[in-house]
Amino acid sequence: MTTTTGAHPTRRLILQGAASVALLGLGNLAFAAPARAAANDKYPEEAFRQKGEADAIKALYGKTAEPSDKVKLDAPEIAENGGVVPISVTTTLDKVSSISFFVAENPFALAASYKIPDGTIPAVANRLKMAKTTKLTAIVEADGKLYSATKEVKVTVGGCGG
Amino acid sequence: MAIRRRDFLKSTAAVATSLSLPRLARSAETASIYDLERFGNARILHTTDTHAQLNPVYFREPSVNIGIGEMAGRPPHLVGRAFLERFGIRPDSADAYAFTCFEFEKSAGRFGKLGGFAHLKTLVDRLRADVGERRSLLVDGGDLWQGTGLANVMQGRDMVEVANLLGIEAMTGHWEFTYGEQALRDNLERFKGEFLAQNVFLTEEAAFNDAPAFDKATGRVFKPSVVKEIGSHRVAIIGQAFPYVPIAHPKRFTPDWTFGIREEELQKHVDALRGTDKVDAVILLSHNGMDVDLKLASRVTGIDVILGGHTHDAVPQPIAVKNAAGTTLVTNAGSNGKFLAVLDLAIDKGKVSDIHYHLLPVYSELLKPDPAMAELIGRLRAPHVTDWSAKIATPDRLLYRRGNFSGPMDELICTALRTELDAEIALSPGFRWGVTALSGQALTMEDVLAETAITYPETYVQEMTGAQIKDVLEDVCDNLFNADPYYQQGGDMVRAGGLSYTCTPDAAIGDRISELRLSNGKSLNASHRYKVAGWASVNDQRGTPVWDVVGKYLRSGRMLQERLGSGVTLKGVDGNPGIAGQG
Repeated sequence: MTTTTGAHPTRRLILQGAASVALLGLGNLAFAAPARAAANDKYPEEAFRQKGEADAIKALYGKTAEPSDKVKLDAPEIAENGGVVPISVTTTLDKVSSISFFVAENPFALAASYKIPDGTIPAVANRLKMAKTTKLTAIVEADGKLYSATKEVKVTVGGCGG
Repeated sequence: MAIRRRDFLKSTAAVATSLSLPRLARSAETASIYDLERFGNARILHTTDTHAQLNPVYFREPSVNIGIGEMAGRPPHLVGRAFLERFGIRPDSADAYAFTCFEFEKSAGRFGKLGGFAHLKTLVDRLRADVGERRSLLVDGGDLWQGTGLANVMQGRDMVEVANLLGIEAMTGHWEFTYGEQALRDNLERFKGEFLAQNVFLTEEAAFNDAPAFDKATGRVFKPSVVKEIGSHRVAIIGQAFPYVPIAHPKRFTPDWTFGIREEELQKHVDALRGTDKVDAVILLSHNGMDVDLKLASRVTGIDVILGGHTHDAVPQPIAVKNAAGTTLVTNAGSNGKFLAVLDLAIDKGKVSDIHYHLLPVYSELLKPDPAMAELIGRLRAPHVTDWSAKIATPDRLLYRRGNFSGPMDELICTALRTELDAEIALSPGFRWGVTALSGQALTMEDVLAETAITYPETYVQEMTGAQIKDVLEDVCDNLFNADPYYQQGGDMVRAGGLSYTCTPDAAIGDRISELRLSNGKSLNASHRYKVAGWASVNDQRGTPVWDVVGKYLRSGRMLQERLGSGVTLKGVDGNPGIAGQG
């Protein structure tokens, strides 16, 4: 059976996520860049409070995204454990400034948002808690525009294989 | 025996006039159905989903196997007459009996049991001898180690010995994983062939803890593929294990491993085999299930043939699927040892130019059992046969399992659970293995185990609200009828005892199940709590193993007084040829 998710675990994942960006993408810049990003950006409290995906995107970015095949979202079709679903995004877009994940069916749709400093390889991975079968959306902000990829992730009670 | 043989002769003669199946059309004598015309320069023999059935079995193919959306009316979602017409098989022939449910009981008496590893061994050896040394390969698609009491007690060790004697050179897996990592690895130590799985990886935690893996760089737990020399050509066999092992079964069996379809990793691997290793042919030995394989074939390029299993579909001809770079052929080779697939390839440098495919029913009446294999089977069974061979009941009706929603075997199991565990409702998994028993056939514990022998057989009794029960039915139904095959798991619908409902397969999840009623006719109340019995839970349970519950019920003799029955009403599938008597 699945467990429901609240706001707090999501926040914790954000923190973990920020750490993994530093490991994954920054290389030599690892010390300087997160500090700068943190200093320049306010925590998007309003966006994390929104229940629906569209409202969360609006609160975070103030605009809408267009689907793009340059955003590569990797997630399982059926989650092995809805409590920790491994997901990742890479993109071939230039001038990427942020990457965000939205889990439409969770109590609060925005799951994580990453600032991507200049010169960073735009690749992030995380594990998200999903309350139930849901649409997962990844948004990449590049050169001031939003691009998205979506995938349905099924959270099932399991059992009864052939 | 004499009568049976005459029946085979009659039926093959009948087919000869129809000219529908070239293989049978040429044969003047019965046994010559195994004389295949020589073709090409490499022969691959494929077995799959034998479910450890060492001896010949009765197995009734489904009368309900519905395809939804794009899959509607397409193989493998054809049953009965619609199936016979699609593949040009005469209704009164032995092949009609082997491939479909058409007049099953009548034909079972005429044509007898199918399969059995001693009979299979004779056929395999003959087909390999026909093409000569180093011209053939024998591969198995998994679900080889599970399905009988013996395999369960021996954790599949019996089947490893059998596989070695049969000469299986490569395999992949599904139920093999349910014995847990240690038993799996112990068995693979003894297995003379290769266990292949491109889609099983270490979890991040396991990789961090330095858990054993075939390739630490990629995290692949098993060897993904093997390149075999057949004649002067190099053929790559890639293994694709069942993608949803930790979801369909308790995760405790495979805590360190993560599965999935892994399309992208597969594409990279195919490209490397083609580009770097310069192989001449690429075969995917798959336990995805046929619908998943059909979709995969349209998206992954560079695979010549997918030899498929899992969904137990006996499909006589490969289905050709176009993709961005060419065509991939998709097969599925049935279950329970009933069939041996023969893929003859004409390979040129770097490409397959043509193929011939035969899905041969293993008619035990027509094949002499191989003495060495018969001896091995006897030796393996000996320590257990006496415990399991006492007759415990003689049901007065045909008992089979296979079908999307129900079958009398599972109705029996559900009734046993409700009766013995004093529950209003019983739930039983929609497995596709489990053999058929004819009406009037005495049942033994060995027969009961052939329907129930798994590594998590514990029964449970728990309270569930009406809403929870509906949610479970909706969830499992979506695993069966999701419009996107990648979201299907390949089993059938969970069986419900003491509960009737209406199902609309082409609706969305949440809207498929309606009109739930208890056996007393009362509507299921969403907030009321009901006593539910079941088995094969993915959660840890402590109850009596289901085989003992069913055994006790059968011994009580109560079955003969009770009317079994399931109450599933289907909606929105009128005319669907996946239902016998329609289409």
